[in-house]
Amino acid sequence: MREIDVSVITDTIEKMCISANVHLPKDMQKGIKSCRACEDGPIAQTILDQIIQNFEVADTEQVPICQDTGMACIFLEVGQEVHFTGGSLYDAVHEGVRRGYTKGYLRKSVEADPIRRGNTGDNTPAMITTDIVPGDKVKITVAPKGFGSENMSALRMFKPSAGLQGIKDFILETVEKAGPNPCPPIVVGVGIGGNFDHVALLAKKALLRPVDSHNEDPFYAQLEDEMLEKINQLGIGPQGFGGRTTAVGVNIETLPTHIAGMPCAVNISCHVTRHESEVI
Amino acid sequence: MERHIDLPLTEEIAKTLHMGDNVYLNGVIYTARDAAHERMTDQLAEGIPIPFDTTDATIYYVGPTPARPGTVIGSAGPTTAGRMDKWAPQMISLGARGMIGKGARSKEVIEAMKKYHGVYFGAIGGAGALLAKCIVDCELIAYEDLGPEAIRKLTVKDFPVTVLIDSEGNNLYEQGRKEYLEARDKE
Ligand code: SF4
Repeated sequence: MREIDVSVITDTIEKMCISANVHLPKDMQKGIKSCRACEDGPIAQTILDQIIQNFEVADTEQVPICQDTGMACIFLEVGQEVHFTGGSLYDAVHEGVRRGYTKGYLRKSVEADPIRRGNTGDNTPAMITTDIVPGDKVKITVAPKGFGSENMSALRMFKPSAGLQGIKDFILETVEKAGPNPCPPIVVGVGIGGNFDHVALLAKKALLRPVDSHNEDPFYAQLEDEMLEKINQLGIGPQGFGGRTTAVGVNIETLPTHIAGMPCAVNISCHVTRHESEVI
Repeated sequence: MERHIDLPLTEEIAKTLHMGDNVYLNGVIYTARDAAHERMTDQLAEGIPIPFDTTDATIYYVGPTPARPGTVIGSAGPTTAGRMDKWAPQMISLGARGMIGKGARSKEVIEAMKKYHGVYFGAIGGAGALLAKCIVDCELIAYEDLGPEAIRKLTVKDFPVTVLIDSEGNNLYEQGRKEYLEARDKE
């Protein structure tokens, strides 16, 4: 049994919230730059240049890349040999978010009640997902998620008869409907399988994977490439002004599912797709 | 076409702006998002005036990050304008003809723009760090309790925007994509 004081979790998350909002991950930087290299629309080229300039300015001047510093999505992979001491783990996570968003001058975008509204003032609560894994380490991933793109996401409970074509059409339809709203170029996280709740989480987790990575299963890796190609033929382009670069990447994750169903969730993310991981 | 404009956005200026123009705005703009729009229109119904002069005004749909000490404002890019569609026609009818945001607008908003010579400008969504550099002054003028959604009076210098929908209803989201696809398919 390894003991970890929860204050370590708080300190780490505080630091990661600030850093994730200021530094765009290297895979996204690389992805956007290579899209710029093969962009053929003149307006689109200018927009991509400005998007690149923006994340570079944010990086050097320590300013948030985007003003929507998001809801703090926190993923914990907790080794089963770990024993937390010093208080509640989840309280420690929320405290890290509270401190990071306050000390880092990040925007507080969380409403205390979905209908009655009212800003909580410190961007808590965080959206926490915990997985128990073998070992004695804790892997923390902080992924601030903006809602311009979150609002354009969709989930559908397909019947198995809809088949692969049904999934393909749904992904394209969701991107088409999103149009300019999620700040294209976008990243498309797709979950297929599982059940109603797990498929949404799969789509979100797909967004955590580097944008230039592929599903380990060649069937889905090929589907990722095919869907990226199809999306980039839509012509929506950066900011929706027309162009090739509608998406930087498509990541697909799957789970086994029920004989009667084929759930699919499409979680749309933007050119400011942020995520940072650290192992304690 | 590239244009440099001094605000406020008069009817005369608005009529000269066309879809796709790259415009650099100079002068005063006001920030308001969902919560501020809701409160402004609710209060108006109760006879309480809007906290700024709406005549020829431009509203920027933004909720900036807090300013670090020694800076004017934090990251300040546009939010999705469609969420303001519910209130925008009324704001336009009160003279606030300029809007800065990102994303599609409703038929009702476009109709109001045509009637009152409104212009919908787009700033690059997600380029908040870059856009903040063009904001030279920021003063919180109302609804402080709304935090990032409070109304701020911003002074901007060469703030870069593109005309997404002009006062005649021409729409860059439709035209830009169409033109790109036509050019691509010709090759
Ligand atoms: S969709 Fe992304 S880039 Fe656009 S405003 Fe939201 S967080 Fe920023």
